[in-house]
Amino acid sequence: MEKFDKVTGIVAPMDRANVDTDAIIPKQFLKSIQRTGFGPNLFDEWRYLDVGEPGMDNSQRPLNPDFVLNQPRYQGASILLARENFGCGSSREHAPWALLDYGFRVIIAPSFADIFFNNCFKNSILPIVLDEQTVDRLFREVAASEGYRLTVDLAAQTITTPGGEEIPFAVDEFRKYCLLNGLDDIGLTLQHVDDIRAYEDRRRREAPWLFA
Amino acid sequence: MAGKTLYDKLWEQHVVRTQDDGTCLLYIDRQLIHEVTSPQAFEGLRLAGRRPWRSDANLATPDHNVPTTPDDRRGGVDSISDPVARLQVQTLDRNCAEFAIPEFSINDPRQGIVHVVGPEEGATLPGMTVVCGDSHTSTHGALGALAHGIGTSEVEHVLATQCLIQSKSKNMRVVIDGKVGPGVTAKDIVLAIIGEIGTAGGTGYAIEFAGQAIRDLSIEGRMTVCNMAIEAGARAGMVAVDEKTIDYVKGRPFAPGPELWAQAVAAWRELRSDDDAVFDREVVIDAATIQPQVTWGTSPEMVVPVGGRVPDPAAESDPVKAEGMRRALDYMGLSAGTPITEITVDKVFIGSCTNSRIEDLRAAAAVARGRKVADNVKQALVVPGSGLVKRQAEEEGLDRLFIEAGFEWREPGCSMCLAMNADRLAPGERCASTSNRNFEGRQGAGGRTHLVSPAMAAAAAVTGCFVDVREFEN
Repeated sequence: MEKFDKVTGIVAPMDRANVDTDAIIPKQFLKSIQRTGFGPNLFDEWRYLDVGEPGMDNSQRPLNPDFVLNQPRYQGASILLARENFGCGSSREHAPWALLDYGFRVIIAPSFADIFFNNCFKNSILPIVLDEQTVDRLFREVAASEGYRLTVDLAAQTITTPGGEEIPFAVDEFRKYCLLNGLDDIGLTLQHVDDIRAYEDRRRREAPWLFA
Repeated sequence: MAGKTLYDKLWEQHVVRTQDDGTCLLYIDRQLIHEVTSPQAFEGLRLAGRRPWRSDANLATPDHNVPTTPDDRRGGVDSISDPVARLQVQTLDRNCAEFAIPEFSINDPRQGIVHVVGPEEGATLPGMTVVCGDSHTSTHGALGALAHGIGTSEVEHVLATQCLIQSKSKNMRVVIDGKVGPGVTAKDIVLAIIGEIGTAGGTGYAIEFAGQAIRDLSIEGRMTVCNMAIEAGARAGMVAVDEKTIDYVKGRPFAPGPELWAQAVAAWRELRSDDDAVFDREVVIDAATIQPQVTWGTSPEMVVPVGGRVPDPAAESDPVKAEGMRRALDYMGLSAGTPITEITVDKVFIGSCTNSRIEDLRAAAAVARGRKVADNVKQALVVPGSGLVKRQAEEEGLDRLFIEAGFEWREPGCSMCLAMNADRLAPGERCASTSNRNFEGRQGAGGRTHLVSPAMAAAAAVTGCFVDVREFEN
């Protein structure tokens, strides 16, 4: 996994609550057996005016000019500002894969769905929970100023606004450590092989039907 | 010290080690695998030169992508006409062969939706930790298991280590007090719960469903309720073990045999919250107030009783919510104030991991019996949850009953719940669906989904519009 330390980038506002993973990456694109290549179909149904299918040349498809990511001012955005319960619904990791492939490294929202939140950390995307008032204020600031950028510093756990204000955020110690170092979870867990074996030995005695 | 909740007990039984920050390594007893969220996980294993920690702790079956028309199923995997879908199902077969994962492949009579197959086979049992790369894994909590959906990176992690890195959730109990009225089903109960607490109401919690109305449900009904815990925001939903649970499990192929049965049952009887357990949040709903439910919008929390009307965004004080409601009404092609029973439907879907078990099909058949699908309904699909459900239904004659009423009788799979295969809505089509999600585009780009119980879906099919199933005489 790619390391995450500091990201400075344009902020794109996704001003609707309960954005689900079906909207982030529609089901027809889940037939892929790869982890990459989902970016052009991120938010496909909102982003294009036609119905997308795998294998289409997305550069030739009609764009929805009203969709936020199609507006010139948000081109190259790497930080997504969102509303409550972002990433709800299906557990598909294709959602963070699509966001990452598009170029997003940070998502800021008042709340996230649990599975999506967890999947982000496995893919070098930092989901940040801020209180509703702060998120509201960021939405207003993004709307007011074209080219609005934030700097997100994971080590310091701060978001710096263009005005120089520092907004602190919380993150689990272990997840922070893994992101900062780009660590592979499986490698870490396999350092505890003896613990897993000891657990299995005990459970085999207590609940042998689980190993039958 | 306060007693333990069911969730506390299940969690504690599976902790392998605890890190300084409280993050735990949790042991996983069963992983269910399907074709859509596993190929990248197997590829990850291969690239790292790893093998599964315990192949036999996994069980795989293709479900999301498989065609459901008998013609398309006859030739097995090779007859899947969509080449991308075919490759995905073939990839599952190859991965299971290479890594010695037990699999019910496409034309195995035991193939079906993972969440129907797991309990049916006894592959998911009380007291187990169960995961799958699918959010509706919460279904298995109905057996008194700790079950939740995971992403593909975690599928790979479980394959490689038989563990997950997890932080414990908070405890919530949803109590459905008293008895529900006639015609009110498990689906109506869970939709009413989601209407009450919202789609983010359970975020960060594991929900235990309790109360007389839950205890009165069959195990299959409890599966319907736990299935949609995720639509209330909770990754895991569960119900305490009782005699019904034990009776359900007994004799299933993967269940403990006679030599271990008594020991297993003794352990399972402990799987309930202690009387003095403390929950971080408790919600109590009077069962008698629950009516048959119909969703009107694009989130499962946008739900009203069948006797109600489409709500008015102007009456909503929260501006973000009001805007969401306006967007939903626009997408759904509905006006505020419309009575639910005046909404006509174009298609009907009876199936999905929420409602495709034998009891669901019986409930729908009881309404369809002797009636005909209405002229304005272009298609009414019945898609059994597994090959064994299908066989059971055919033994009971339900297939003929549905076909005579004008329904299509299909082969098992996820089908129009998420419309990865050919079963889908065209733009603007309106569907009465027994599935779990009414998101924009979920059943096909531009499609409009109303979530209902199997009996309500069958009633909509034969009437052509939503109708209170309690007004039907059987």
